[in-house]
Amino acid sequence: MHGTDHLKEAERLMTVCNSCRYCEGLCAVFPAMELRRNFSDADLNYLSNLCHSCGACYVDCQFSPPHEYNVNVPKTLAQVRTDSYRAYAWPKMFQPLFDRNGLAITIITALSVASFILGFALWHDPAVLTTDSGQFYRLMPHNIMAALFGAVALYAILALVMGFRIFWKEIGAGSVSAGSGTTLWQAGKDAAGLRYLDGGGVGCYNEDEKPTDRRRLYHHMTFYGFILCFAATTTGTFLHYFLDWPAPYGWTELPKLFGIPGGIGLVIGPLGLLRAKFTRERDMTDPAKFGMDTAFLAMMLLTGLTGLLLMVLRDTPAMGVTLAIHLGVVFALFLTMPYGKFVHGLYRFGALALYAAEQKADRAAAPSGSPS
Amino acid sequence: MQVPPESVDVLVIGGGNAALCAAIAARRRGASVLVVEGAPKFYRGGNTRHTRNMRCAHDTANDHLTGPYTEDEFWDDLYRVTEGNTDEGLARYMISCSKEMLSWITQQGVRFQPSFGGTLSLGRTNSFFLGGGRAMLNALYRTAEKLGVDILYDAPVVDLEIGGGTFRAATVRMNGASHAIKAQAVVAAAGGFEANIEWLKEGWGEAADNFLIRGSPYNRGDVLKMLLEKGVEAIGDPTQCHAVAIDARAPKFDGGIITRLDCVVFGIVVNKSAERFYDEGEDFWPKRYAIWGRLVAAQPDQIAHIIFDAKSLEMFMPSLFPPIRADSIAELAQKLEIPVEALGKTISEFNAAVRPGTFNHLELDDCRTEGLAPKKSHWARRIDEAPFYAYPVRPGITFTYLGTRVDRDARIQMKSGAGAENMFAAGEIMAGNVLGKGYAAGIGMTIGSVFGRIAGERAASHARD
Repeated sequence: MHGTDHLKEAERLMTVCNSCRYCEGLCAVFPAMELRRNFSDADLNYLSNLCHSCGACYVDCQFSPPHEYNVNVPKTLAQVRTDSYRAYAWPKMFQPLFDRNGLAITIITALSVASFILGFALWHDPAVLTTDSGQFYRLMPHNIMAALFGAVALYAILALVMGFRIFWKEIGAGSVSAGSGTTLWQAGKDAAGLRYLDGGGVGCYNEDEKPTDRRRLYHHMTFYGFILCFAATTTGTFLHYFLDWPAPYGWTELPKLFGIPGGIGLVIGPLGLLRAKFTRERDMTDPAKFGMDTAFLAMMLLTGLTGLLLMVLRDTPAMGVTLAIHLGVVFALFLTMPYGKFVHGLYRFGALALYAAEQKADRAAAPSGSPS
Repeated sequence: MQVPPESVDVLVIGGGNAALCAAIAARRRGASVLVVEGAPKFYRGGNTRHTRNMRCAHDTANDHLTGPYTEDEFWDDLYRVTEGNTDEGLARYMISCSKEMLSWITQQGVRFQPSFGGTLSLGRTNSFFLGGGRAMLNALYRTAEKLGVDILYDAPVVDLEIGGGTFRAATVRMNGASHAIKAQAVVAAAGGFEANIEWLKEGWGEAADNFLIRGSPYNRGDVLKMLLEKGVEAIGDPTQCHAVAIDARAPKFDGGIITRLDCVVFGIVVNKSAERFYDEGEDFWPKRYAIWGRLVAAQPDQIAHIIFDAKSLEMFMPSLFPPIRADSIAELAQKLEIPVEALGKTISEFNAAVRPGTFNHLELDDCRTEGLAPKKSHWARRIDEAPFYAYPVRPGITFTYLGTRVDRDARIQMKSGAGAENMFAAGEIMAGNVLGKGYAAGIGMTIGSVFGRIAGERAASHARD
């Protein structure tokens, strides 16, 4: 028996789909399904994280609603996927953050931003918030900034790794050696290119049965924008500590070369994804997931936007407040990473690795706790 | 609210593969085209929604076909499955046109994939639609719309104005109002009548009440009936339909592929009196599945039960409903509501008649019964390992054979012996011309695409002359 109604529905659908198999050429979910005849909770969590929600199987299905079989794979797997984020979150006491995730993220971010503004004001004369010195570190000494963000990043990594370990073990990754170099390489390629977000080759579906969606493009902008911004911060820290070369950096220095395109990607990408979210065919979406998705996109957007603003406004009296907002947003982003949409990337990567391993071994993984 | 135009060059009646191929071909020839589909948008396309592949002749392997399939081999297959109930000239013409169809249909946006696991036996001959029949339909609709073909849904044709061999107008019912649409030429591509139980009763009697219709509930044959009443010559046996044994728990209409059962060869099949009635192991399942609908239709109340044991449970493709399960034969009989003693007797007689052999479901093995009537020729294994399982089955109707006679131009032939001036037909409505009996996987789509394209081109030529 399954733990939730979503899992029960997912099992029903996989039984229907396994009897049909018309969609087997569209993505990884259906070939993975075909290796099984029964579906444990862990199997369904694996399959749900393998699904990229391209929507092709919904518009191609002869049994999707209003048909009485009511086959809606994108929606059901989205529900199971969201539940799985909660179930694998570490430590368990923070799992309820997923219940009203949009609200939780908003509150944490607001508190974080307020703390930075307040902290700057209390630490110094409040007037420091409105000077136009252009000097970040007069507001917050570099060592403190590095220590604070280093600590929150380390916590995020710890929580993410712990959650991922539970997922990895439960789906039975070890039983087919999903951690081998070749499968990880394959999963890396599939994830980096979003191979399965292409509707089986024509582009994915959003509003209707026409594959007009650009989500893959916007996702690339968001993801690679994020990576570039991360690279900008990392190179800046490196220059500061190892080459004794503190900010600000010129337009042709690495932190700027990474940061500016990264910031632009982090603005355009999330805007495109948000637009897609609002126009998506309602039948295909999990309404309960809306808050989590939009909160994460908003965080990405705010990170990019405030970062770019900071660059433009650094020599104006608005610098202090902008810096506090930017740091507050980034701090909240790191703090909430293990408890929001960010985790989808990790679990999807894990699912892709297991898929690559299963295809290589030509057999299903044996989930832990279920008979093998 | 959409209102149909008063007149159009080419009117296409129907919304499946044949209709869309006709509409696209006619539009590409410069005609204005209106498609009237009787079903709502979701159910558009009749039984094309439930299809998965098409059979086309080809000279070489390609990215989705594993080897060549010559025109002669295609003809041999068609001749064999129809037992000669085909028009050789027309069939060979269709087969030669099918070669070009693979590239033509790809140009209309349809995509193929290599065949996978369960369908490897068709990997050389049949091209599989990526995403299945509805994906194929969606691609055709996208192309048609892009080309400027007008499409109306929920728009059944309720009357045809035909004088001699000339079509003048069709009356379409939309939102409770009737609209007359004149056209220079018409393509009838509205399917067969398998969803019309009353019509099926003309051939099958009251038994048809117990039939399940595997596909679209909208294939009621109204357009076919109108044409036949207005002087069009019929072809094909009016009493025959393609029937397979499907899960009796399937919905009355549109249950589709997932209610099929591939386990007859692994067990025995009994009727409501718990008696066997046919050799379950006569030949490989792909060669025999199409006779079982008819066999079950001939049993009392048109019901039968496939019975097997734990040994066979995972030897066949899963299907929608789980099998009925019991720890003893008696319990199974109770659950199936068939006579307990009779089932016990049937199974013990069967078990006693099973000869030792080496079971191999991939070949015509030597596991058979001796001294039993009816015998089981292959794959006979004792049913003795609990738990025991059963699937109840009923006849599931796929399509009907009666249609309109056509020539190579897909031109409808009149009872008078002359060809119609401006009426063409494509798809299931004329499939009986080449497929008078039996079936070969994917051939319905070949008939639809090839004659759809021809019908559209001829209709456009006529309209623009």
